[in-house]
Amino acid sequence: MQTDYDAIVLGAGPAGLTAGIYLSRARAKTLIVDTGTVGGQMILSWAVANYPGVPETQGRRIAKTMRDQAESFGCTILSNSDVLNLDLAGPVKKVTVEDEGTVTARAVIIATGGVPRTLGIPSETQFKGRGISYCATCDGDFFTDQDIAVIGGGNSALEEAVSLTKYASSVTIVHEFDHFQAQPWAVEEAKKNPKIRYLMEQDIQGFEGGEHLEQLVVSHKRTGEVTKVPVTGCFIFIGYQPNTTELKGVVDLNERGEIITDGDLRTNVPGVFAAGDARVKRYRQITTAVADGTIAALSAVDYLTSTAD
Amino acid sequence: MLDTNLTHINTTDEFQEVTSQNENVMVCCGRMGPMCLPVYDVMENLEGKCSDVKFLDMDFDSSVAMDTIRRLPEVRGFNGLPFTVYFKKGKVARATSSIQSKKDVTSILDSEFGLSCGSGQADAR
Repeated sequence: MQTDYDAIVLGAGPAGLTAGIYLSRARAKTLIVDTGTVGGQMILSWAVANYPGVPETQGRRIAKTMRDQAESFGCTILSNSDVLNLDLAGPVKKVTVEDEGTVTARAVIIATGGVPRTLGIPSETQFKGRGISYCATCDGDFFTDQDIAVIGGGNSALEEAVSLTKYASSVTIVHEFDHFQAQPWAVEEAKKNPKIRYLMEQDIQGFEGGEHLEQLVVSHKRTGEVTKVPVTGCFIFIGYQPNTTELKGVVDLNERGEIITDGDLRTNVPGVFAAGDARVKRYRQITTAVADGTIAALSAVDYLTSTAD
Repeated sequence: MLDTNLTHINTTDEFQEVTSQNENVMVCCGRMGPMCLPVYDVMENLEGKCSDVKFLDMDFDSSVAMDTIRRLPEVRGFNGLPFTVYFKKGKVARATSSIQSKKDVTSILDSEFGLSCGSGQADAR
């Protein structure tokens, strides 16, 4: 494989793929590397109905089209390839990729996106796929006529709780605060559903069961009262965090671990740009990721041109 | 029909044949959903690198899945897609439920099949 590129894009979600399209079309030799599947969080969406110019479709289909577009312009894409080392400080950036060795470029765009938050307790791993799920549309039908729980209080948690009532006998929403972060319409929709119950101000203590999940153990945040909720399923929707753990000390991050950029999506390191959910921003949508990918790529092309020998 | 680049198992005869005639077999039984796609992608990625393993998929809602993977005692208690089953000499060596990362998969391939798919030195034929 070629090892010398003009630009390397870390991440193959909508921001990274868009950057790849723009960079390659500008005839910059471009490599996109992703530690996971091409498409990023976009493939988590069964239905995308608000992508302008595209009738309702699946996220995976948009991802495939973006990938095909990028490759048609000559972009190289590596998926499921771990990045083992990053040296972005000098004028020549070095990225060491699993199975491929060290590749270099004069510009790097970081588009590593976000990863779903987990509770981080041992019993969560133990019952993953045996009662604990992160995808209502994937696994909802396993819980037909059963009592289940949803953990979280944002839009995803409340919307998915409502959708799970199609299958489950009851859905108990467990949330850490005494109010929801979800939009009022999502709260209203959930509150008028007779199958949904609520346990507010709760800390998750753990999951218990044998071959599969049998109960969820929670404790009240103020009183400490422990409640055992008999459920066979528990769906966890507690948001996303920026996928920037490996970037500490490489580029400037804020207190939430998001990459700090200027309006042209430059980071504090010359030749290093950031795009998509990994950077500081308020709205995280496929469309805003695509916009970021475009801006970062154009800024990178400008940087490559202005710093050419 | 699953929209992947993997070989699909469509009949019980195909399932019997592939598990009896290959020493190491990995079958991912799922749908085209968010938890399944990453596992298919990992398998496609490894297919060219671990030639000692036969990588296949199976539609979770097909009759062959009902008659084979979904009947295995090893998947009892599973309720997260996909169901991924690893066969060594025709016998179930390991089964997992729900999404798995490349590291999860290569770790099982290496430990159950005695390979080095996760070492970065896998066969690249």
